[in-house]
Amino acid sequence: MANTQKWGIVAEFDSAKAIYHAAEKATAQGYQRVDAHTPFPVHGLDKALRQGPSPLGWLVVCCGITGICLAQLMMWWMNSQDYVIWVSGKQPYAWPSTIPVTFECMVLLSGFGAVFGMFAINRLPRHHHPIFNHPTFWRVTDDRFFLSIEATDPKFDSVQTARFLESIGGKHVAIVED
Amino acid sequence: MTATAPLTAPSLQQLAPHVVPKVKDGDLAKAQMGLLAVGAVLVGAAWATGGKSFAWSYLVGYMGVLGICLGALAFVMIQHITRAGWSVVVRRVAENIAAALPLMLLLWIPILVNFDELFHHWAHANVDEVTHAAIPATDPSYDAVLAGKEAWLNKGFFLARVGIYFAIWIGLAFVFRNGSVKQDETGNPAINLKLSRIAAPGLLLFALSTTFASFDWIMSLDPHWFSTIFGIAYFAGGYMAFFAVLILLTRWLGTQGYLKDAVSTEHYHDLGKLMFAFMVFWTYANFSQYMLIWYANLPEETAWFTHRKHGGWAAVGQILILGHFFIPFAFLMSRHVKRNPVALAVGAIFLLVIHCIDMQFLILPNNSHAPADAGAAADHHVEGIGAYLSHLHWADFGCFVGVLALVLGFVLWNVRRANLLPVRDPRLAESLHFQNI
Repeated sequence: MANTQKWGIVAEFDSAKAIYHAAEKATAQGYQRVDAHTPFPVHGLDKALRQGPSPLGWLVVCCGITGICLAQLMMWWMNSQDYVIWVSGKQPYAWPSTIPVTFECMVLLSGFGAVFGMFAINRLPRHHHPIFNHPTFWRVTDDRFFLSIEATDPKFDSVQTARFLESIGGKHVAIVED
Repeated sequence: MTATAPLTAPSLQQLAPHVVPKVKDGDLAKAQMGLLAVGAVLVGAAWATGGKSFAWSYLVGYMGVLGICLGALAFVMIQHITRAGWSVVVRRVAENIAAALPLMLLLWIPILVNFDELFHHWAHANVDEVTHAAIPATDPSYDAVLAGKEAWLNKGFFLARVGIYFAIWIGLAFVFRNGSVKQDETGNPAINLKLSRIAAPGLLLFALSTTFASFDWIMSLDPHWFSTIFGIAYFAGGYMAFFAVLILLTRWLGTQGYLKDAVSTEHYHDLGKLMFAFMVFWTYANFSQYMLIWYANLPEETAWFTHRKHGGWAAVGQILILGHFFIPFAFLMSRHVKRNPVALAVGAIFLLVIHCIDMQFLILPNNSHAPADAGAAADHHVEGIGAYLSHLHWADFGCFVGVLALVLGFVLWNVRRANLLPVRDPRLAESLHFQNI
């Protein structure tokens, strides 16, 4: 195809141990846009990839606080401003009665923040990803482990990076095009 | 034909030879004797200086620490019923805390001695104080509510129930610790299967006995009042405090050179999460109780909270809302705090103090001998935290520390006479390598 461009280089590994050490070596070599693709979670792999903590927690906290504020605003406005109804002598806006709704709104918006925030940070949903162009990548859901280094990495070089991945034991090292 | 070898789990020696399996002979003996001495001195001094308030201070300390021992028993059973792998390295410490329940039976004696002081509301209901004759139902001072509760709230059955509760608790604590200790020798995985089968009816018996014990020993102080969620609220606070003690005790054993290579940051992170979770669950249960009573607004239910609006107890209620929820919620939320040894220990100590204040809030307002109560009645302006502090006796905290020290001394004796962790549990390898994702 005429106007294709490089997305990155992908290498295949045989075991969880191999991908773990490959990830360590790649980040030690100075590569930054490194990712690992495995059939199951591998303990410590995020550390080997030198990935920072996910920003998702902060997003969830913000959504939760928004839920609390919106619920309080809603009940305060409806019960004590817009249409006041006195029930069994309680104040129209009495804090104990607002807690269950406030709690539920906090949980609802936190849940939305966690799920949709996760989608947004992962740039999902998407129909296709260049990495699927790698010839053996289909085995990632079965018994193989893959390490990818993206072309946007400042240290990326089509020849040097491919050689490096081969030198640390990668098989089927291939340039993947977008 | 060759006989198949019996099925055994790999031992700690094979899995992690650098982990010390047992306390060295004579080690920790000073700490054990020191704790027992401090506990005895504190409780003794409280008894000597407390007068009639001693019974109430002692009940605060006793119920606070009992919740911790019961929490340990529940923790051990839950690990077995869920066949948990992660917790094996700390399970023996919990088994040792639960094994202090026989000591708690012994420590029930001061409550028995002060029975008339603590439970006089129902124990002497419908009996004339001078003549000891039964008050007839037609008399204006006849208490029909307590007459109706007499089938449950009478001294004979009450004391029989003390025996039943402790038979259940001590029996379960004994079965689970002994099974685990026996496995240290035999390595027989069938012991885990047996204990997980016992855990199911065990937890059922535990839930019922703990609920009724909290009804008997705290709720009956105000015998007209009732709340079906009271038992679970008491358990939630005790379970939270148990995690605080487990974290601190395991950490301390680490400083003495034990368990530190087996119990990792990952385990403390999870213990911190559970302490956080049950701190929140305490709030959930207590708010549920409060909101239903507030909403229904029935006099026989609201009386309990109305009583706690005076004598500074309203301020204590606010301290509990802040200190048992908002402050620890914000502090313990972050994983960095739960994975930091010093920060987690600070959180655990803070929650233990708050647990004691929670027990004070449940128990002390029923003490009609509190020195400031008479003053507060005369002067209604004395309110807020000042009123609480003015009638607070040092023993209201001192007894909790004293009973806790006695129990921890006893726990250390248990720690010293068996392995520090279940060295041949089939899930030990999983626990040693446990990681949070």
